[in-house]
Amino acid sequence: MEQEKIAKEMFSPAQLDSAKSEEISKPSLNYWQDAWLRVKKNKGAIVSLVIIAILTIMALVGPHLTGHTYEEQNLQHNNLPPRIPVLENVSWLPFDGNLTRKNGDVYNAYEQKNVEEYYWFGTDSLGRDLFTRLWKGTQVSLYIAFLAAAIDMIIGVIYGAISGFVGGRTDNIMQRVIEILSGIPNLVVVILMTILLDPGILSITLALTITGWITMARVIRAQVLKLKNQEYVLAARTLGLSNGKIISKHLVPNLAGVIIINTMFTIPSAIFFEAFLSFIGLGLQPPDASLGTLIDEGFKVLQLYPYQMIIPATVISLIMICFNMVADGLRDALDPKMRD
Amino acid sequence: MAKYLTQRIIYMVVTLFLIASFTFFLMKIIPGTPFSNADKLSDTQLSIMIDKYGLDDPVPVQYANYMMNLLKGDLGVSFQFNNVGVTDIIIKSLGPSATLGGLAILFGTFFGVILGVVAALKQNTWVDYTSTFIAVLGKSIPSFVFAGLLQYYIGVKLGWFPVAFWRGPEYMVLPTIALAMFPLATASRFVRTEMIEVMESDYITLAKAKGASWFEIAFKHALRNALIPVITVLGPLVVSLMTGSLVIEKIFGIPGIGEQFVKSIQVNDYPVIMGTTLLFAGLFVLVILIVDLLYGVIDPRIRLAGGKK
Repeated sequence: MEQEKIAKEMFSPAQLDSAKSEEISKPSLNYWQDAWLRVKKNKGAIVSLVIIAILTIMALVGPHLTGHTYEEQNLQHNNLPPRIPVLENVSWLPFDGNLTRKNGDVYNAYEQKNVEEYYWFGTDSLGRDLFTRLWKGTQVSLYIAFLAAAIDMIIGVIYGAISGFVGGRTDNIMQRVIEILSGIPNLVVVILMTILLDPGILSITLALTITGWITMARVIRAQVLKLKNQEYVLAARTLGLSNGKIISKHLVPNLAGVIIINTMFTIPSAIFFEAFLSFIGLGLQPPDASLGTLIDEGFKVLQLYPYQMIIPATVISLIMICFNMVADGLRDALDPKMRD
Repeated sequence: MAKYLTQRIIYMVVTLFLIASFTFFLMKIIPGTPFSNADKLSDTQLSIMIDKYGLDDPVPVQYANYMMNLLKGDLGVSFQFNNVGVTDIIIKSLGPSATLGGLAILFGTFFGVILGVVAALKQNTWVDYTSTFIAVLGKSIPSFVFAGLLQYYIGVKLGWFPVAFWRGPEYMVLPTIALAMFPLATASRFVRTEMIEVMESDYITLAKAKGASWFEIAFKHALRNALIPVITVLGPLVVSLMTGSLVIEKIFGIPGIGEQFVKSIQVNDYPVIMGTTLLFAGLFVLVILIVDLLYGVIDPRIRLAGGKK
């Protein structure tokens, strides 16, 4: 490195202004503003958020776009590959309605079957419109995401907070209950539910309600145990605040970061869980569509009509990747200590 | 420690007892008979069978018998195969499942550790980003999607490995890869985090100062310490493999417990469902216990906390 010689005359003493030395040059940021700044820097998380938003809009709007309902069957139009107007003329996109036979011949399934209509994502073996079914299935996944988050935030947080805050015998009993519940695998609960009720969205919902909140309750309890002995809680108590007020005004805001991080990590595993159950036949039953059942149905005809599996598989992978990326981003932003 | 252990084992037994009781009463609620060929049996035969399995006893007696049989390892009789014991079915299908699970965890953690170490040593380079990308994919893409894609592109299109069944070593490749993705991703993330932390510690600086080679530092000093916490995630990974193998076995047609289980679900063979459920619950509880004990052995702080209880 080259050092530049600076003449002595060029230096002048800095003015020390005692009034300005305490001045804060940057605007002060609270926890959330600071966290938001850090999330904004994480491009992966922001892109993922946008994709989740788009998928959510499509899940709500998509089923009404094509004019077909998700259970409407048209056997004359079965197993048609995806064909989209305009895009069908772009040769490298798989939206031209062509299929490949096992011996390598390429033929246009639409011309062969004399179908004028466009099925954007094709049809399944019963001639149901896959575009509509796909977004119907996405709705289920997003419902599960929402449900898992709600269970975590409501049951998990309240259970953990009470257990940690009240302590003593209550805590002891509540922890024993958790210990027993956590010994029961999720899968077992679902199977018991499907035997009691019929397999479907209700039994998955119940199974998630029974087991989904346990990790959150444990984390929250540990945090509450730590926080409740802090001075500001003592101060609040001295000033005569009720326990409920202390929990809602002082503990919950301090727990917010942990709650959000945990919820975000619960969501992808819950989405996977539903898709997994539907895939093995314990989840939604036909004609209802979930991404898991669509993949299962597509899987059976994978060699002949690969699009039937690849499209829902892409969507569920996209959902999972996005939620995982957002969760990672939020963890980095909200809890610098847990950063990896 | 001994007190903690007994306490844990008591909870384990209570949990299993609750699950077993619950499954028993559920089976009583469900309509149906355990004898699939009941129509062909004469009344005498049927009554002999019913008597043999004690189905005419009052429910509490049946419950006691069921529990006694459970203790002996007898899980009842399957609906779908004529009078084959559930225990026999499970034992028969245990082999492939255990092989597949073992291979997946070995393969997954081995490559996961390598990926994590490389990523940590080349932090914030394209190597690191690629490894992160692989980890995110491995953690996010459901195993059944991954299995389907492997089967289609590598099995069918390229024809490198057999598409399905379980007849020799080459048949194990695709299912093992599909099942190993999740442990691989988890292990690589964990090792990366730990390695980065370890590489910043004083003893690594000392090792560098005394002139140890790069290889020696990474593998002799750093990795050993970084691996300790990884052992603790092995438990949850084994549990997740148990679920994962259900679909993998179904997809690849492997005659393991998972495949048997999925088939039983489809034909409502309740005794097999229940037996497998109990087996899963038992394994699950056992794995959790082992993990908690391992935590204590590895991290003395946790052992103290457990000991004080």
